[in-house]
Amino acid sequence: MNMIELDGLTRSFGALVAVDDVSLSIRAGEIFGLLGPNGAGKTTVIKMLTTLLPPSGGVARVAGFDVAHQSARVRAEIAYVPQLVSADGALTASENLRLFAKLYGVCRREIGSRVDDALRFVGLGDSADRVVRGYSGGMVRRLELAMALIHRPRVLFLDEPTVGLDPLARQAVWQQVRQLVKQFGMTILLTTHLMEEADSLCDRVAIMKRGHVTTTGSPGELKAALGLPDATLDDVFAHHSGEQLESEGNFREISKSRRSIARLG
Amino acid sequence: MTASEVDVALSDWEEPTSNPSWRFSTLVSLPGQCLALVEIEFLKLRRDPTDLLTRAVQPALWLLIFGNVFSKLRAVPTGNLNYLDFMTPGILAQSVLFLAIFYGIGVIWERDLGIMHKLLVSPTPRVALVLGKALSAGLRALVQAALIYVLAFLLGVHLNWHLPALLGVGVVVLVGATAFSIFSLIVACLVKSRERFMGIGQLLTMPLFFASNAIYPIAIMPGWLKAIAYVNPLTYEVDALRALMVKGGASHFGLGLDILVLTVTVALLTSICARLYANLVR
Repeated sequence: MNMIELDGLTRSFGALVAVDDVSLSIRAGEIFGLLGPNGAGKTTVIKMLTTLLPPSGGVARVAGFDVAHQSARVRAEIAYVPQLVSADGALTASENLRLFAKLYGVCRREIGSRVDDALRFVGLGDSADRVVRGYSGGMVRRLELAMALIHRPRVLFLDEPTVGLDPLARQAVWQQVRQLVKQFGMTILLTTHLMEEADSLCDRVAIMKRGHVTTTGSPGELKAALGLPDATLDDVFAHHSGEQLESEGNFREISKSRRSIARLG
Repeated sequence: MTASEVDVALSDWEEPTSNPSWRFSTLVSLPGQCLALVEIEFLKLRRDPTDLLTRAVQPALWLLIFGNVFSKLRAVPTGNLNYLDFMTPGILAQSVLFLAIFYGIGVIWERDLGIMHKLLVSPTPRVALVLGKALSAGLRALVQAALIYVLAFLLGVHLNWHLPALLGVGVVVLVGATAFSIFSLIVACLVKSRERFMGIGQLLTMPLFFASNAIYPIAIMPGWLKAIAYVNPLTYEVDALRALMVKGGASHFGLGLDILVLTVTVALLTSICARLYANLVR
């Protein structure tokens, strides 16, 4: 069963074609990584799949619903953790969770237990009533995962989930993401710059370059296909994107990343 | 995890879209979603009320300085009301306007933080997101109104303390704040930057305030200003407040028309804003 299907998905901004004729199929229960340099079109793909941006051409279906014509239904089935910090710092963790439980129409009687379960799942039970502004970066990201859990979505979109986190916090987030698939069978589409993250987490990856998907496969297959002894995903990335990491991107994207890093402290 | 295990796990999850009355349930949950957003504003206000207190300074200065000086001058024909009684509803409307017209900066901030992305990816209808925000501004405006009542009482304004009149003031303040905050959200959706928003906000507030009956009656305005005042929703808000807030106050247009104009303004602006709201993150 395919949970996400893209067929010729295209998005233009004036003369710029940010995503050009992208076709992909992502199976239920899969962790799929979208890799590529800044400006490759990863975030634009995620924005289209999460219904934030209408496609200019092609079709995309998430959980069986068309993102362009059944956007409200798609939204009920998905959760999105943007690269930017999306938890409200002025509220406590449980207030953040309660808000989203209500917005997602979780039954009033169930909200309390859902909030407790989600907090326990990410290991924030003891910090539930602390204002989020005082959280560490790793705690904020874990809270955001809990917020993504509250309405029991089928598909989770993670845009650069560990940007700005130290190695320990990063490991903790990876652990939670693996657990989401294992425990709840969620399908996860994530974007990342970190090849180590893609290698460790993803069942399959696609590498994007200037709006196109240049290759798709499991990290193991892609490394083997290079035919180099001890090839890493970095080598695969350099080979298929035709450049080193961080060679592209623009002021807006860099400023967005740095803003997230600054907020995650 | 095998495909069959995944399918089993998926069956444990709620499937809201399998509900045939999906659209109806979306409509039914709309008030609850609006209230959830208002509740968040309430929690924030309770945690940090400093903004409300600092906002009370400006109306206090208007009433204390401008009101007292003009009361002594007797330069403005205000009918059977003394000038301070005449201008107090205008100052309440002004402080609601100032609070609401800059409310949109909050959504630009939320957009920059990423909170707006998460709200827009939720199945909450755009109308609920807009009205929830606008009613949050209304909540702040009601607290502001309470502070202005205290000030006005201390200054000896002849306030109408009858319960229906007080409730009426609450409704007008709420609807007025809702209208102007949605207008502010529309500006935010169009400009998307805090600097540009502040510039436009500054540009709008004073013309809206002076082209209304807040501190002088429409009768003494030149013809061109009268024309603007008649299409300015603030005029109708002040008119309703003047009838309800002070003893001996009367509505020039009729309370029914005042409320109708404000409600139609809210409905019109909400439909425009709901269409523009997703622009914030594009």
